[in-house]
Amino acid sequence: MVEKIIEAKGLTKVFNRNLTAVDHVTFEVEKGEIYGFLGPNGAGKTTTINMLITVLKPTEGTATVCGYDIVKDANMVRRSVGVVPQEYTADEDLTGYENIILCADLYGLPREISKKRALELLDLVQLTEFKDKKVETYSGGMRRRLELACGLINRPRVLFLDEPTLGLDVQTRANIWEYIKLLKKEYDMTLFMTTHYLEEADELCDRIAIIDHGKILVVGSPENLKNRLGGDIITLSVNEKEDISSLIEKIENVKEIKRTNGEYRIKVKDGELTAPLIIETLRRKEIKVTRLSLSKPTLNEVYLEYTGKSMRDQEESVEDFRVRRIALRRARRR
Amino acid sequence: MKAKEISGNPLHGLWALTNRELKKWYKEPIVLFVSIIQPVIWMSLFGKSMNINAIFTTNLPPNMPPQLADEIMNKTFGTNDYFSFMAVGMLSFVTLFTTMFSGMSIVWDRRLGFLNKVLSTPVARGVIIFSKILSATIRSLVQASIVLIFAFMLGLKTGTNFTPINILGVYAVLFMLCMGLSALFLMIGIRSTRWETQMAVVNLLNLPLMFTSNVFFPTSMMPNWLQPIANVNPITYTTDAIRQLLIYQTNINQLIFDFAYLTMFTAAIASISIILAWKYLSK
Repeated sequence: MVEKIIEAKGLTKVFNRNLTAVDHVTFEVEKGEIYGFLGPNGAGKTTTINMLITVLKPTEGTATVCGYDIVKDANMVRRSVGVVPQEYTADEDLTGYENIILCADLYGLPREISKKRALELLDLVQLTEFKDKKVETYSGGMRRRLELACGLINRPRVLFLDEPTLGLDVQTRANIWEYIKLLKKEYDMTLFMTTHYLEEADELCDRIAIIDHGKILVVGSPENLKNRLGGDIITLSVNEKEDISSLIEKIENVKEIKRTNGEYRIKVKDGELTAPLIIETLRRKEIKVTRLSLSKPTLNEVYLEYTGKSMRDQEESVEDFRVRRIALRRARRR
Repeated sequence: MKAKEISGNPLHGLWALTNRELKKWYKEPIVLFVSIIQPVIWMSLFGKSMNINAIFTTNLPPNMPPQLADEIMNKTFGTNDYFSFMAVGMLSFVTLFTTMFSGMSIVWDRRLGFLNKVLSTPVARGVIIFSKILSATIRSLVQASIVLIFAFMLGLKTGTNFTPINILGVYAVLFMLCMGLSALFLMIGIRSTRWETQMAVVNLLNLPLMFTSNVFFPTSMMPNWLQPIANVNPITYTTDAIRQLLIYQTNINQLIFDFAYLTMFTAAIASISIILAWKYLSK
């Protein structure tokens, strides 16, 4: 049996007696997987993380993390987990190295261990060169990497990542993904992450829970979720003028077929396997395939299916939010 | 985390968090320079411009004996030198202004997410608050030392039974006041998410706290309605204790009473703020 690292049962958080941020959420995270909460802003992702890392107390329900109850054994949970928050929490007035040592001290690590680990982690996220520079001189990507390193200082069994690439450009985002994969491999951890970027969930997560209005709508691997939509789409043109739909229909895995302007749109399961099968079958009947394209359903379609809205509409507000946050940070430097 | 790495010390993280605050001060040359020069400016401008001695010496009618001026000064201020009287008050003044901003830092930490990060680590909740109190206290004491050095340089007249050991007593008294005041301002900031609110409350409190104390003027000369307020103000007791130690003929009983009052004030406020930290830091 696979070990369960996180088990949440009916986890609920109500703010100010009437705003239900998380509504009776039940899920399990298995050891060694990357589990993602995917949902729009305000869906309750961060609130869930904050309950799991013991910063917020649940209004109702419970959860265990690494076998410890998040309310009764909060201190043991805190020792076993690492957190990479949504915000850049590193102190700008300190250097990267000082920030990691500060994190280590918060876990009460002895100095000889924390020094060794700090250097090792800085090397891993390739910040060794900048370790004695103040964090205010770091770029967004560097800061994220520093946050990752800080989150790992206590060698956590499970690492919580809250929107790990929020506000980063596409290249930096891909770069951070590489680091996350590297860190997971290096330290053999379980990862729990939230994101509202579909590509991110698709790229990193072994399993995804789509969450909206505080409720989990569906859970599954990205592949699984996409397959549930009914499979891949094959678009086909042939050198045969007659309708050959009935011929294709008989092929294994083909679910639906539509002919428009001499082009066939075929909904199939397992597109990669089925496409050669179609070509092969048609060739035996001496029909030549002139054009074929295979498209996979994206998570966006999955998302649309379950939440009834597109993710793309949301990103503007996140940018506004970042701009405001940066202004705030500048104001702080008195 | 392996068992041997788990720190059994309930105060772990205290110095790390305190030092984080202090580094923002001593590693920034401009901040450090301003914080050192500011009390010196207050001391020399404020203390020397309000030349109350001159009121009596220059304006004394010609037929009055010159000792009369000294007599009035002594009766009013307990010393014939107003500069000495107010220089001591300046020690409390500097403390008040430094601790005032200790509450701001917790508001910032909340806003920028640092507080949440610390809350997710096994640091005791009380330690988070205590580190802020401690860093404000250390800063205030350093600034107060500078004030004290300049006060002596500018001619502070010590009492007849003054010995250098009394300086230790001054530090003990100031330490108490710092702890109490920073705990008070932190308590105000603990639930606040807007620094504007915190700023408004702090601005509302600081001058009244100053003027309802004996820093600039003896409480015995204040109007009747003001005296009871001045008599509960911890700054009054701090300033009186330091005057007893530095410039007055020390009245031991009064000194003990001042110190006892301050200790009670600080113990009460610090306990309340640490209890509130337990209650409110996790929502």
